[in-house]
Amino acid sequence: MESIKPSGIKSIATSQRAQILIVIGAFMAYPFFASDYFIDIAFFFGIYALLGLSLNIVLGEVGLFDLGHAGFYAIGAYTTAILNTKFGIPILVLLPISALAAALFAYIVCSPVIHLQGDYLLIVTLGMGEIVRLALINNPFDLTGGPNGVFGIDFPSLGGGLFIDSSIEFYYLIWIIVALSILGLIRLQNSRIGRAWNYIREDETAASANGVDVKNYKLLAFVLGAALAGVAGNVYASKLMCVSPESFTFWESCLMFCIVLIGGMGSIPGVLIGAAFISLFPEIFRPFAMYRMLVFGSAMMLMMMFRPGGFWPRKRGAVEFRSILGAPGRDDG
Amino acid sequence: MHVILEQLINGLTIGSFYALIALGYSMVYGVLKLINFAHGDFFTLGSYLGYTVLVFGSALITSHFGLWGGLIVAMTVAAVSLAAVGLIVERLAYRPVYPAGRLPAVVSALGASIFLQNTIMVIWGPRFQAYPSKLIPNVHLQLGDIHITLLQILILLMSFILMGSLYFIVQKTTFGAAIRATALDRDTASLMGININKVIFFVFTLGPALGAMTGIMVGMYYRQISFTMGWNYGLKAFTASVLGGIGNIPGAMLGGLILGVLEMLGAAYISAAWKDVFVFLILILVLIFRPTGILGEKLAEKV
Repeated sequence: MESIKPSGIKSIATSQRAQILIVIGAFMAYPFFASDYFIDIAFFFGIYALLGLSLNIVLGEVGLFDLGHAGFYAIGAYTTAILNTKFGIPILVLLPISALAAALFAYIVCSPVIHLQGDYLLIVTLGMGEIVRLALINNPFDLTGGPNGVFGIDFPSLGGGLFIDSSIEFYYLIWIIVALSILGLIRLQNSRIGRAWNYIREDETAASANGVDVKNYKLLAFVLGAALAGVAGNVYASKLMCVSPESFTFWESCLMFCIVLIGGMGSIPGVLIGAAFISLFPEIFRPFAMYRMLVFGSAMMLMMMFRPGGFWPRKRGAVEFRSILGAPGRDDG
Repeated sequence: MHVILEQLINGLTIGSFYALIALGYSMVYGVLKLINFAHGDFFTLGSYLGYTVLVFGSALITSHFGLWGGLIVAMTVAAVSLAAVGLIVERLAYRPVYPAGRLPAVVSALGASIFLQNTIMVIWGPRFQAYPSKLIPNVHLQLGDIHITLLQILILLMSFILMGSLYFIVQKTTFGAAIRATALDRDTASLMGININKVIFFVFTLGPALGAMTGIMVGMYYRQISFTMGWNYGLKAFTASVLGGIGNIPGAMLGGLILGVLEMLGAAYISAAWKDVFVFLILILVLIFRPTGILGEKLAEKV
């Protein structure tokens, strides 16, 4: 194991700090040079970045196969939509509530299945994601509005008659949330919890033999991941002003899975690159019209051929990853 | 009483679709530990090829071979083409990624799936296509109170013949023993002189071919096909193969049939809208109490 660093942020070298400042500056300046259309694309890039970061906790840090993450995203979005339209609770108040609702849901549904390994966990999470979507379509207790979803969600209010309602404001809202999440996640990666997660990913039996509470650490990952996905759902719902079940399909879970793997498991800059690929690629190739998804699929295959560890693998994990990726016969990844 | 029996027969019909598709997932998973997400699209592509042969080639073929001949030609064309497509996908999308491990292969499989789905959309267009209606004489059989259509009997008969022959190959022949050995432990099997490439060849030709034939049967049964239907059927079939014990070939057949019957009984007695929820709940419950599926005992996950 490598030595324990007091803080991930302090250890960043000065040159890296300059690079990070440039990136942040570019993100802040971007909306002043782009049209509303491109600002909206960058907004969805932010949503996918947040979703990727949330799945990265479960899949990247702990190595749990979760193909139902859209379910948590949906719970967050619908919590916001229903509480806002029925009771008029402001969106920003609902932000932590949506996160809590998604986290609670994850805790309840994942507790009984957390002992499952590898692909069996994958299929159970997949089933849960589908159950959430089907339940939303079937309109239980007349709450979710069936296949049409819920309409008329407010814009986030800042008080005093100020609303976040333009593309630029939403852009800043999502990227501030993403930035704060990244700061939190970097701290988490270098904490006791982060190391316990990585230990479980590398060797669950050894971790549990060394006194790591495997079950609860796995649950914690699901709960935190779901909470972050719930936050993404909240912002998404207020941006679109409506939510419908077709935004939370199995396909959406697959995209999140790809974001994490294309970027590099457990790597935060990797997740940003993966999210950029997933959200920007279809837009850039829009001139190709019908053929763009063909190109997209081929690009995914090519990427895995030439960079199977992801585009920006996590440095500390470089040695650790070889043990997962080098053993194709292993069942639990 | 006759409602239950009719629903059972409907369930078995749909279940045999799931079972035949599930076999493709399960065989590939058994040998390569890879979830072949593109398999659902093999099924769709087979359905579209069959459609093309039946609609555009029907006049020519049926005049030479008759109605049944036309069907057989469609099935053969679809099966052979899909076997070839399966091999090409394996070569181009999976083989270069194997050495890197399982997760990159998942992304590659999803990429292959997007690619195939959009190829189908580009060729046949994004709208629904309808299978010709008078393929099979619309005859109802009356057994006591129970209605069965000729088509259902044909589908059941055909799927049981296909499953039976696959079961025979896998369980009774030497080559089948090699496949099962590979599924249990690939490295040891190759040390014992089993040609793994031959096994991979087998699963990547037979799986898609079975999927293609199922595609034609689904087209005849529902008469409507769309380029995205592979996702739904694939998801259900994958669920079925896990239910039966993934990697286990009799398990995939059993899982598919059980899933179809549960779905139909759920639709009849609980609620048609909630039937899929019911199916997934059963799946989750089975996995909680029997994490390796119904027949999956031998393939318990290594710690």
